[in-house]
Amino acid sequence: MQPFTTLTGIAAPLPLANVDTDKIIPARFLKTIKRTGLGVHLFDTLRYDETGAERPEFVLNREPYRHAEILIAHENFGCGSSREHAPWALLDFGIRCVIAPDFADIFHGNCFKNGILPIRLPREICDALIEDARLGGNARITVDLQRQVVVRPSGEEIPFQIDDFRRHSLLEGLDDIGQTLQHAPSIDAYEQRQTADHSWVPAIV
Amino acid sequence: MAGTPPRTLFDKVWDSHVVETLPDGTCLLYIDRHLVHEVTSPQAFEGLRMAGRKVRRPDATLAVVDHNIATSSDRAAGIAEPESRLQVETLEQNVAAFGVPYFPILDARQGIVHIIGPEQGISLPATTIVCGDSHTSTHGALGALAFGIGTSEVEHVLATQTLLQKPAKNMLVRVDGKLPLGCTAKDIVLAIIGTIGTAGGTGHVIEYAGEAIRALDMAGRMTVCNMSIEAGARAGMIAPDETTFAYVRGKPYAPKGEALERAIAYWRTLPSDEGAHYDKTVIIDAAAIAPMVTWGTNPEAVLPITATVPDPAAEPDVEKRARMQRMLDYMALTPGQKLSDVPIDVVFIGSCTNGRIEDIRAAAKVAQGRHVADGVRALVVPGSGIVKQQAEAEGLDRILLDAGFEWREAGCSMCLGMNPDKLTPGQRCASTSNRNFEGRQGPGGRTHLLSPAMAAAAAVSGHLADVREFA
Repeated sequence: MQPFTTLTGIAAPLPLANVDTDKIIPARFLKTIKRTGLGVHLFDTLRYDETGAERPEFVLNREPYRHAEILIAHENFGCGSSREHAPWALLDFGIRCVIAPDFADIFHGNCFKNGILPIRLPREICDALIEDARLGGNARITVDLQRQVVVRPSGEEIPFQIDDFRRHSLLEGLDDIGQTLQHAPSIDAYEQRQTADHSWVPAIV
Repeated sequence: MAGTPPRTLFDKVWDSHVVETLPDGTCLLYIDRHLVHEVTSPQAFEGLRMAGRKVRRPDATLAVVDHNIATSSDRAAGIAEPESRLQVETLEQNVAAFGVPYFPILDARQGIVHIIGPEQGISLPATTIVCGDSHTSTHGALGALAFGIGTSEVEHVLATQTLLQKPAKNMLVRVDGKLPLGCTAKDIVLAIIGTIGTAGGTGHVIEYAGEAIRALDMAGRMTVCNMSIEAGARAGMIAPDETTFAYVRGKPYAPKGEALERAIAYWRTLPSDEGAHYDKTVIIDAAAIAPMVTWGTNPEAVLPITATVPDPAAEPDVEKRARMQRMLDYMALTPGQKLSDVPIDVVFIGSCTNGRIEDIRAAAKVAQGRHVADGVRALVVPGSGIVKQQAEAEGLDRILLDAGFEWREAGCSMCLGMNPDKLTPGQRCASTSNRNFEGRQGPGGRTHLLSPAMAAAAAVSGHLADVREFA
């Protein structure tokens, strides 16, 4: 996984609440067996009309937001299905950070597994950042995970919270499985204990 | 034990599965059951292959195909759509290569992953169950901790049989009193989501309790837990009781004999302790629930069938007003229009929410002696091959076919628009599924969520209808 340390880039304003994962990537595009190539279908129905032509009014179809690396949205971003295709599509488009007042739990967890940083900030701060983002290409926003701050174009710094474990994994670009396998002896011990105490859980054979 | 603080059902199942707690409070949680399907697993198996890893516990894993497959009677001929076919073939190669138990497409036990887990006795009380699908919350009806995960987590469970998780908060939803006639588990859960909203359970595991929940059969409890995710909660749970034990007894993969008795003795210790702490509590009066139907494009946009389409002009909050207007525009509804006057084109009865035998019985009861209205296409899709066999043994297929319904093979079907069963742009569907998001059942499709009996009532009426008039 690509580490996430500091990102300075264009932020796209998407002031919508309840952006569900069907909206981020409709189910008909989940037939892939790969992680890549989904960016073209990111926000498919918002981005394209029935003929497949771009909707010029949609933010990601406009300059400079075609090059956005940060997305700023409203409440309950990523609700609905568990599809990791949603963060894959964001990442494939080039988005490495999503800022919103809150996120649906599964989507939130899926972001971290793909080197995307989801940041929860109060609604009024999101709205201020959306105003910054509307200024366009000269208004870069910086996300500094090391220092846990978002830096507005004005230079104002906004601190954010993140779990230590997730922060460490993102900064180092660590693979969760590799980390967990360091605890293999604990897993072995748990399985032995469970075989003794919960022997009623039968094997599926 | 003296000194132990009272714990909730969730706390107990969680605590008994913690392998290790990391310094920041993240836990390594042991997973007892891992259900796998074709859509969210290919990249996980590929990850294992690239890292040279094995599946740690094939004997705790079960794979099935459900999302992509056609539900037409000719499916033995194979999958026509190349991408869907590739996804199914990839799963078949992966289960063979990694030694994972698998129910193939033509096996009678094949079906929607959340239908077959409980049906086979693979989903058990007090276990942890995961699947790369958000409706894994369904299995919590048995008193399991069951939740949906992404593909990276699917790979993590395949490789380690654990997940890295922070404990959720506890939320109690108590549904007091008796449910009125004509109302079902679906109406309960839609009423709950209408009350707490689509993010009302975010960060929480919901425990459903109260007289109306206790009175539900297992199918109804699964319907309620299934839609926990629609309220933002990753998992929903119901304490196991005699209804649960009777359901589990005799299921193919459930413990038997003395092992079952030991298991039941343990399961009896699971209900939340007196005085256990909940971070949030919501109390709902069952008697006030009516048959529900959604009018908008998320499940909290729901009203009793006797209501009219709400008027955005009456909403003081500017943002909510704009959201309502967008929903009405998409749904092509007019404020003040009676919901029971809304004409429909398609009826879908099935899905992991309402694809069990009890749901098909409820639909057949309304359909019996009536006929699907002119111009309406009505699909009934059993949740599994076993459900289909059972329905046919009871003659429900005949009742439905005679009434003009289609009787199809098991699968996810029209719930999510990724197999041949989908809406065309502008079509309006009365659906027993779980999500009414824009385009969920096919691009431009319009979804009204409701119970199986209500769906059947809509099918024979040609418009949304109050099932209580069909008694």
